[in-house]
Amino acid sequence: MSKAVLMQGNEAAVEGAIAAGMRFFAGYPITPSTEIAEGCARRLPQEGGKFIQMEDELASIAAVLGASAAGMKAMTATSGPGFSLMQENIGYGAMAEIPCVIVDVQRAGPSTGLPTSPSQADYMQARWGTHGDHPVIALSPSSVRETYTLIIRAFNLAEKYRTPVIFLMDEIVGHMREGVELPNPNELIINHRKMSFHDGANKQCYFVPEGEYVPAMKPFGHGERYNITGLAHDQSGFPTNSSQIAGKLCQRLMDKVEKNVDHICRVEEYAMDDAETAVVCFGGGARAVMEAVLQARAEGRKVGMFRPITVWPFPEKALKARLPQLKRILMVEHNHGQMLLEVQRVAGNEKPVDFLGRIDGTVITPEEILNKLAEMEGEHHAQ
Amino acid sequence: MPSDLVHLYMRIDHLPQMWCPGCGNGVIMRDVAQAIDELINDPDERFTREDFVIVSGIGCSSRAAGYLDFNSIHTTHGRAIAFATGIKLANPKLHVIVLTGDGDCSAIGGNHLIHAARRNVGLTVIVFNNDIYGMTGGQYSPTTPTGDLATTAPYGNLDRPFDIAQLAAGAGASFTARGDVFHARETTEIIKQAICHHGFSLVDVYSVCPTYYGRKNKKGDAVEMLKWQQANLIPGARFETMSQEDRQGKKPIGVLTHNDYPEYTDEYLKLIDACRKKGRK
Repeated sequence: MSKAVLMQGNEAAVEGAIAAGMRFFAGYPITPSTEIAEGCARRLPQEGGKFIQMEDELASIAAVLGASAAGMKAMTATSGPGFSLMQENIGYGAMAEIPCVIVDVQRAGPSTGLPTSPSQADYMQARWGTHGDHPVIALSPSSVRETYTLIIRAFNLAEKYRTPVIFLMDEIVGHMREGVELPNPNELIINHRKMSFHDGANKQCYFVPEGEYVPAMKPFGHGERYNITGLAHDQSGFPTNSSQIAGKLCQRLMDKVEKNVDHICRVEEYAMDDAETAVVCFGGGARAVMEAVLQARAEGRKVGMFRPITVWPFPEKALKARLPQLKRILMVEHNHGQMLLEVQRVAGNEKPVDFLGRIDGTVITPEEILNKLAEMEGEHHAQ
Repeated sequence: MPSDLVHLYMRIDHLPQMWCPGCGNGVIMRDVAQAIDELINDPDERFTREDFVIVSGIGCSSRAAGYLDFNSIHTTHGRAIAFATGIKLANPKLHVIVLTGDGDCSAIGGNHLIHAARRNVGLTVIVFNNDIYGMTGGQYSPTTPTGDLATTAPYGNLDRPFDIAQLAAGAGASFTARGDVFHARETTEIIKQAICHHGFSLVDVYSVCPTYYGRKNKKGDAVEMLKWQQANLIPGARFETMSQEDRQGKKPIGVLTHNDYPEYTDEYLKLIDACRKKGRK
């Protein structure tokens, strides 16, 4: 067992990414993510990697995509305002199928908002921020240790599915310090993109065998001469105006995530076996929920926690499986009701869904959650 | 008879190109191919075809990346230089050539241009400068002369234009030059020098857009516009011999600035070495 270290969430993101093989970081300072850039600036050259502070977030994501296209595992980190600026090129990464990880340490918005205060209000932006229909994978950690292990998974998914992965942190986890025991490096599973080499110039660089969804990748400078574009393209990588080819491409891009949801989606369920009330939460918000659930259980109340770790695609199947046993659902999140919409969609008219949110830059406490639960149970009994 | 360059360096399946009749962009693309061809075949140089990466943004200019048979990446509007920075850092042995336009590199991408110049990242930026946004149908760009007409300047352009080569030089670019489509031979030589330069290089190549700029501004057809370039863009050596009076309204083409500054990726590799040595102690 490795020894325990005191570490901040943002530091764990750096160390986890390096363990995953990330060797290129481009970024621009922004609270509360800045420690990730600082950590990469210090650590990457020690590992033979490269850090560059770009002139803005537009440049940061572009440099990350360029480095990844040239064969490196690459990452950037930002917060709300910078995440907004990156959106166009996140879509480019999805269209051109360039793997990378974008860390968004969420802070309270809108606009400049409350830069040092926690929020989870970029949840929908992570899904719908870039224009056009596109695949999205987003993961959200709720502890420092999970930040370390989950960012490795973020890279693994980015590499496996050749798509940008959003690592949706928040100020709570980013700035929290915890004693963590990091996993032994040789216990880690590290995936790399499937590569193809030396099959001649311009030969179907986006070819996908029947029954598969992800083309093998060719890096620049290894003998191939192929084309990458954000335009709709055919399997050779060249622009097309054919609606048939464009439609097939866009469908495949959606399918590679939608047909693999069972592999991509992960949830944490705590005390859910006999739960009649599920408290749904994610990221840093889960910490108060866990405390509330423990207290409720101590009082003999059948309350459990349902925490999507994969927040996009929303783990629909796992929540649906719990619906028959539940009497009610409470969504707790630091926003005006974003994941709530997904939970309502899945619950439909079957079960009542209540909401506890916050948009003032402070955190929701376990007491508030317990009060809300008592209120809901009371309402239920009264009916 | 098409030039041998077409068969050697262009993706025949994707020709003919989509530029309008009389457009200067095809000449600049040819100049780039010619420059690369001469460098690859120069026994004193160490260039190989596979080491070239062509990066472009969005606009008429940027379609050239798809026609040139190299590693090519057609990126987003304004961001070609930022993508190129990532590619160069990831693999410094690559010769990264950015093909961009006046709007792409000095309006939406202006910030990336000046910062790449300042850092001295080893990229070669070739600007297809036609004084107009052609792809969207003729709106004024940062290089449209004051007073000229465009679809978004129906009463004449109020903006003062950039001189992109001077802009890059002002931002600290170690190599800046100017070329044009009339002086294709001279421009090809300049592009060769730019590619051989170890550091950030920029060649501002004056193109012609008879369709959206020339016609609206009564500059004549493509031939007339080229004749204007012949009369007013003067190779540097000859420009030097001209009197102040004769220089009026004319601009020199050729290399404008040429300095040896430390190249960014070289410096980064030194940094890695230093960190690793320190780590071993």
